[in-house]
Amino acid sequence: MNDLATYNFAYLDEQTKRMIRRAILKAIAIPGYQVPFASREMPMPYGWGTGGVQVTASILGPKDVLKVIDQGADDTTNAVSIRAFFQKVANVAVTTRTKEATIIQTRHRIPEEKLTEGQILVYQVPIPEPLRFLEPRETETRKMHALEEYGLMHVKLYEDIARNGHIATTYAYPVKVEGRYVMDPSPTPKFDNPKMHMSEALQLFGAGREKRIYAVPPYTDVVSLDFDDHPFEIQSFDKPCALCGAEDVYLDEVILDDKGGRMFVCSDTDHCEDRRACGHAGHMLAHQEAAE
Amino acid sequence: MSTLPLLKVNDVSKFYGSRIGCRNVSFELYPGEVLAIVGESGSGKTTLLSCLSTRLMPTSGIVEYHMRDGQYRDLARMGEAERRFLMRTDWGFVHQNPAEGLRMTVSAGANVGERLMAVGDRHYGNIRATASDWLERVEIGVDRIDDQPRAFSGGMRQRLQIARNLVTSPRLVFMDEPTGGLDVSVQARLLDLVRGLVHDLGLAAIIVTHDLAVARLLSHRMMVMKDGAVIEQGLTDRVLDDPREPYTQLLVSSILQV
Amino acid sequence: MATPLVVSEVAKSFTMHLRDGVRRPVVANVSFSVKAGECVVLGGPSGVGKSSILKMLYGNYGVDEGQILMDHDGKLVNLATAEPRTVLEVRRTTLGYVSQFLRVVPRVSALDIVAEPLQARGTPLEEARAHAAELLSKLNLPRELWSLPPATFSGGEQQRVNIARGFITDHKILLLDEPTASLDAKNRAVVVEMIAEKKAKGTALIGIFHDEEVRDAVADRILDVSLFSPRKAAA
Ligand SMILES: Nc1ncnc2c1ncn2[C@@H]1O[C@H](COP(=O)(O)OP(=O)(O)OP(=O)(O)O)[C@@H](O)[C@H]1O
Ligand SMILES: Nc1ncnc2c1ncn2[C@@H]1O[C@H](COP(=O)(O)OP(=O)(O)OP(=O)(O)O)[C@@H](O)[C@H]1O
Ligand SMILES: [Mg+2]
Ligand SMILES: [Mg+2]
Ligand SMILES: [Zn+2]
Repeated sequence: MNDLATYNFAYLDEQTKRMIRRAILKAIAIPGYQVPFASREMPMPYGWGTGGVQVTASILGPKDVLKVIDQGADDTTNAVSIRAFFQKVANVAVTTRTKEATIIQTRHRIPEEKLTEGQILVYQVPIPEPLRFLEPRETETRKMHALEEYGLMHVKLYEDIARNGHIATTYAYPVKVEGRYVMDPSPTPKFDNPKMHMSEALQLFGAGREKRIYAVPPYTDVVSLDFDDHPFEIQSFDKPCALCGAEDVYLDEVILDDKGGRMFVCSDTDHCEDRRACGHAGHMLAHQEAAE
Repeated sequence: MSTLPLLKVNDVSKFYGSRIGCRNVSFELYPGEVLAIVGESGSGKTTLLSCLSTRLMPTSGIVEYHMRDGQYRDLARMGEAERRFLMRTDWGFVHQNPAEGLRMTVSAGANVGERLMAVGDRHYGNIRATASDWLERVEIGVDRIDDQPRAFSGGMRQRLQIARNLVTSPRLVFMDEPTGGLDVSVQARLLDLVRGLVHDLGLAAIIVTHDLAVARLLSHRMMVMKDGAVIEQGLTDRVLDDPREPYTQLLVSSILQV
Repeated sequence: MATPLVVSEVAKSFTMHLRDGVRRPVVANVSFSVKAGECVVLGGPSGVGKSSILKMLYGNYGVDEGQILMDHDGKLVNLATAEPRTVLEVRRTTLGYVSQFLRVVPRVSALDIVAEPLQARGTPLEEARAHAAELLSKLNLPRELWSLPPATFSGGEQQRVNIARGFITDHKILLLDEPTASLDAKNRAVVVEMIAEKKAKGTALIGIFHDEEVRDAVADRILDVSLFSPRKAAA
């Protein structure tokens, strides 16, 4: 197995990696701007995050420690496969612990643990163009970005309020980066938007099918779009995590049985485990312990 | 009435390869003035309108616009960002086919509000109130504010397009056959609306039409085009009641009564 | 100025391009002037060019030759060569015209059609309407018609709307093309009285009246348009 990694570290040939790194550097230089790149075929289907995988493959070094999450969890098929892929082709150390990772590839979530300087968060992005919803023509959307014509984004939010009485967009909530480019933060819940703002970590976004890379460098302004009378708000949850008792975290609903039993638990599995290891317990754990 | 023209058009020609779109057109348009451009199919009306509104670059000639800061600017030399800004604030463009001028998949309210949001309006309540107000002005029931124009009749769509264009109080509106494709009674209502708005808002407008009755009702001045050139121009009632050129006489005589 | 209108050596012909370019001379060497408070009536047989002269004065017909000088806000304007927007401005403030027939504007009420010229000069809507109402009642237009668009009115009713519209402003020059033709005796008398009022206010009037009784009542001077017939002028 070592052979595979030494033969061609991290699957992509050096030429391709260089091309992608150039795109990444450009993306970092122009925060929020979508840089086109020559996306390669990867040994996995598009929906599996080929954009993110190519970015990760291009920045990964032998000493990196990689974490891969999908909807906040390290143990879903997608996360497990990508992690295994990089173990095989790059022979890098992997982890599920946010703190220990130097590179975290993610689909749909930003870890609850505050990221720190030196860490890189790589997002898998299906549709990078925030204006696509109302303007299907690529030539036109590029022009709108170039000329900073972003009225359309608010049209989308207006429609949301008109239809629902409030801004009902909960995922892929558009942000303005460093006061210039409007960016789609990929399908992360808007709950995570504030974490992007002034993040100490470097954030890279890869869209494989759409062949775009964009970035938010550390300490960058990231502001969620809104209206004065309908300000941006994140979701709030009525109850803490059923397992670790965490509040102010993003919760997933888990069905317990076919009788309608359910509980809400941290979507970030590492965060939840960490807290439990530190002795925090939610009401479900307390029940179980009492029952035992 | 200001004494400085809003638009100065100097010897504008547009060729499509060797084919003439329009040629050697010169005129000035003053604030509050409504100019009708009439002429047979293929005479270059739309081409001229496109050259004036920067949707097309003229092959030669200059179009200057009197900006709000009092300066004249050569539209061809203006940066694209500025030109587009001008187009969605100080200008309006009403298309013959409303589907071209509207966003068919967003609500009527958002269609009207878009320009406001584009210029930085960030108060949902105010945007909506302004949109309701404009829907009322163009005689679309406020209860239709959340409907998409897909669900509107042709006349309603056209009225919505007008509201969408006028919401930023433009000083100049271009219209290409605004009543084309509408049935007669709907046309009359639309014309009446346009007439009232142009009058109340003191808009300058350039209206392309093949309908002399539309020109008579809406315009102060008219230009008759043939084979790409302006063959006759003047006060609307003068051109219609005392046409000089053979083609204009033909045009006027072929209409029952205008 | 005591003479707000001077017409000098005006000629007009029509070239009928649809009829092999036949040129039809209508009038030539038309010269006259009208003083403030004077009513000049154009006379002569049908087809002699009376209406054509009025239409040239209004800028509605083009002028081949000559000058039509008007005192517009203290400035001298030659209407024969003026730019369209100047003509419109002169019409708005100096020059009124009552045509033979009302040109109806769809969906606008009779009252607003009458009020419009005042409004265009900046009079507030309500005030303009009040004034319009005054004139319409003076001309005996049934009150229930005021709020309706005149498209369905009778000829005489439409004409009274037209007259009211022409008389509502205090333009210094007023052109009248057979304003009384479709009116009954009672309303003709009202118009005669209205013309007298205009004269008293110093308006210069130029009119065409076929009705002798009306003509005699209003005319200070009758100008025989046959004198301007091109053949005579050439002779
Ligand atoms: N994109 C183009 N390429 C080539 N020729 C064109 C193009 N657009 C217009 N033309 C030609 O230029 C001439 C003027 O066309 P234009 O569309 O301006 O006419 P129009 O007066 O608006 O006619 P209509 O009343 O039918 O809309 C026509 O001969 C037309 O075929
Ligand atoms: N727009 C026009 N085009 C062509 N010829 C015209 C036009 N207007 C008037 N004429 C012609 O000019 C001549 C004078 O017409 P005008 O209407 O001025 O006569 P008039 O003296 O007013 O007659 P009437 O007493 O019958 O109203 C007539 O021969 C008429 O046919
Ligand atoms: Mg056209
Ligand atoms: Mg006559
Ligand atoms: Zn938890």
